[in-house]
Amino acid sequence: MTNEELKTKIAELLPQASFDESGQWLTINVAPAEWKPLAVKLKQDTSLYFDFLFCVTCIDWKTHLTMVYHLDSTKFRHNIVIKSIIDVANPAIETVSDIWQTANFHEREVYEMFGVNFINHPDLRLLILPDGWEGKNPMLKDFEDPVNMIKL
Amino acid sequence: MVEEIGTTTDGDIIINVGPQHPATHGVLHLVITINGETIKKVEPHLGFIHRSIEKMCESLSYRQFIYVTSRMDYLSSHINNHACALCVEKGLQIEVPSRAQVIRVLMDELTRIASHELWWGAMAMDLGAFTPFFHAFRERESINDIMEETCGARLTMNYMVPGGVMQDIHPNFQTRVKNFITLYKSKVGEYNELVTGNIIFQNRMKGIGYLSSEDAISFGCTGPTARGSGVSCDTRKLYPYEIYNQLQFDEILETGCDSFARYMVRVREMNQSIRIIEQLIDNIPEGDFQAKTKAVLKLPKGEFYQRVETARGEFGVYIVSEGGTTPYRIKFRSPGFSNLSALDHIARGSKLGDLVAMMGTLDLVIPDIDR
Amino acid sequence: MLSFSTISKSIDSWLRATFSDTWTMVIEMLIAGICVISLFAILGLILVLMERKVSAWMQIRLGPNRVGPKGMFQSLADTIKLLVKEGLTPDGADKFLFNLAPILAIIVAMLLMAPIAFAKDFQLWNMNIGVLYVSAVSSMMVISILMAGWASNNKYSLMGAMRSGAQIVSYELSAGLSILVVVVLSGSLNLNEIIQSQADGWWIFKGHIPVIIAFIIFIIAVTAETNRAPFDLAEAESELTAGFHTEYSGMKFALFFLAEYVNVFIVCAIGATLFFGGWMPFHIGNWQGFNHVMDFIPSSIWFFGKTFFLIFLIMWFRWTFPRLRIDQLLNLEWKYLLPISMFNLLLVTAIAILGWYF
Repeated sequence: MTNEELKTKIAELLPQASFDESGQWLTINVAPAEWKPLAVKLKQDTSLYFDFLFCVTCIDWKTHLTMVYHLDSTKFRHNIVIKSIIDVANPAIETVSDIWQTANFHEREVYEMFGVNFINHPDLRLLILPDGWEGKNPMLKDFEDPVNMIKL
Repeated sequence: MVEEIGTTTDGDIIINVGPQHPATHGVLHLVITINGETIKKVEPHLGFIHRSIEKMCESLSYRQFIYVTSRMDYLSSHINNHACALCVEKGLQIEVPSRAQVIRVLMDELTRIASHELWWGAMAMDLGAFTPFFHAFRERESINDIMEETCGARLTMNYMVPGGVMQDIHPNFQTRVKNFITLYKSKVGEYNELVTGNIIFQNRMKGIGYLSSEDAISFGCTGPTARGSGVSCDTRKLYPYEIYNQLQFDEILETGCDSFARYMVRVREMNQSIRIIEQLIDNIPEGDFQAKTKAVLKLPKGEFYQRVETARGEFGVYIVSEGGTTPYRIKFRSPGFSNLSALDHIARGSKLGDLVAMMGTLDLVIPDIDR
Repeated sequence: MLSFSTISKSIDSWLRATFSDTWTMVIEMLIAGICVISLFAILGLILVLMERKVSAWMQIRLGPNRVGPKGMFQSLADTIKLLVKEGLTPDGADKFLFNLAPILAIIVAMLLMAPIAFAKDFQLWNMNIGVLYVSAVSSMMVISILMAGWASNNKYSLMGAMRSGAQIVSYELSAGLSILVVVVLSGSLNLNEIIQSQADGWWIFKGHIPVIIAFIIFIIAVTAETNRAPFDLAEAESELTAGFHTEYSGMKFALFFLAEYVNVFIVCAIGATLFFGGWMPFHIGNWQGFNHVMDFIPSSIWFFGKTFFLIFLIMWFRWTFPRLRIDQLLNLEWKYLLPISMFNLLLVTAIAILGWYF
């Protein structure tokens, strides 16, 4: 499907979504609460069939956090990017690890690096950081480590 | 983690495999629950070699950050560098000279062979056969020599730069690559005799570590791991970069979905890489090896994503730029991280000895997983 | 030719003339003990060096080549290193059993030396149940491994020990049954008599296909019994780090190491004795001239030649094959080797009764 077709199709599924075509792929901005229902539809819709979530990450914009999901379809080979702005004070978003199992590990990484809480995640524990880690989440922009050199 | 160590109530034993264990090929820590010899659960704990490369890159310029990426998947450092260079070029819309493109592809494919050679030896060693490791290193060594001559390094190459390659190839490059191809072709039969055809090896690999194609996609597996389950995911074919769309090569697919299928994909993939090298080695065009670029690179505001195929699967570089000289945020999508997440799924119910074989077929490189 | 029996008889008569009977016996036992211990040490050194050279040859390497001419003193240097290393005992270990296990392993290996005929008339103890003695004593090896695995208080060690227990107990059967094949044919449990029965040809040639089958099963079974690859599940370093000797260091580890190599030597010596005639030169039936020429080669050379050939065979296995899995290992024994060797024994019994061998 081309970007235009994707746009009309996704607008049908979620009328309040806003689109951005300036990047490499079609970007869809959704609110955190709308993400999970949309994700189910994106995976299940036979003409979209986004079954391959190849990148999950988060960006710290200081004022807010943005969750970024890159989706691919192994059947139709079209890609989209989903973005969702979440509150920095209370970062939370629904998990998609039951739809794409790869999200399990990726969300755990985002959880410990950015402190985003994934609601209903089956196993939200520290993956990379040592157990009992206290203090700020390391990938946030205002994180300072006086011992280890991270900023060069 | 502490409370998990010991014995559970129903008689299962919890064992720590790693971070110092011969089979994990690095500092991977697996907490496995076993009942007798049968695995009930595998839980990876990462972070023993986490250097926070993504955070480091935020304070490095677009020329500098490429050198850090060699330290992630150190077995395919060329391809990592390549992905970063491509991503920066995409942002700056630099036209790379055709000579540089061919050299880059040649280097990528040589790296792929070297990586698969090492995997082949280490895989056999996981199964208890030591000899293949040394046989694989004989061929890998000649690739390393070729690399050393041109790039000056044997492991962390740092050869690709935005706009082309660091310097021109060594005058001996073509002869030595041709010699390597002759050597490889004379030895590949030995590989199959020593390992692939061995009855013990086949019994250890066939039907073990079943990963269906749906699960492979769902777990985000890429590269030979997914292609062993019949999932077409070769980025070189699907989203061609550089000159891959002008080359003749096959995407290797096996439908066995087991450890042996994943093994065969890698063994057959080496021949395809040889095929690509053979097409290019006599046709390196004359010209510049580097495009003219500014001394200080500034990516325009925006987001850039580049997908490439490393020896382990799909490697992605995601650069978020605010228009400055350093990236605002960089995300590396490493293939090993996603492939590792499937380990628990495929290992459940199999024997302890098979866990090691499965880890071998997933081709885990720990710095690539931890970043 | 100089025979060992002449030397030992002259020493014996001199001792009897000089000392009382009791003292003679004490001194003779001392001499025999020193001989065994030094043979033990030398064998260990040679076999370790041989293993490293064979593996290097298979792996297109050079192997040890720095200490002494062609690296010949490498294993000596390693021994000295191991001797001066600290022998650690883990905190949670059962200290008595932990320290006893390597000693037991080495005692078992030493006991097995007794009935082996190294050359013509050169045998520590010519007992009439030699074969039975060897199979009985060698099965005690598993006790030391289980002891080491249990006492280490380490899960890897325990798993290695349990694997080893299952493995050795199963493969004892096949090894025993294939040994019985030769016992049936030669009609004796005495190792010396078995050797004598091969004066007109070795059993591997005289006994047709059943003995060849028995020999193949014997080699597989003893490889498994000595925990050598492809049956090294008890150690399996890619799975269990080092299996039952994970916690051992220094000389205690060296004793296990030594016991393993001496066990390999012993099982190969038994194999050579049973199937290849031990020290018996290569004889063909009634070809007097040919047999006489063969007799000129000293019997000790025949014995060590055959034994080292078998050792080489076992090393060859180790450096070529991948490891089996535990269920495949047990399947191989209980579903294939055991029925085959039982049927084979039946066949050989019929052959022996009917006299259908050369």
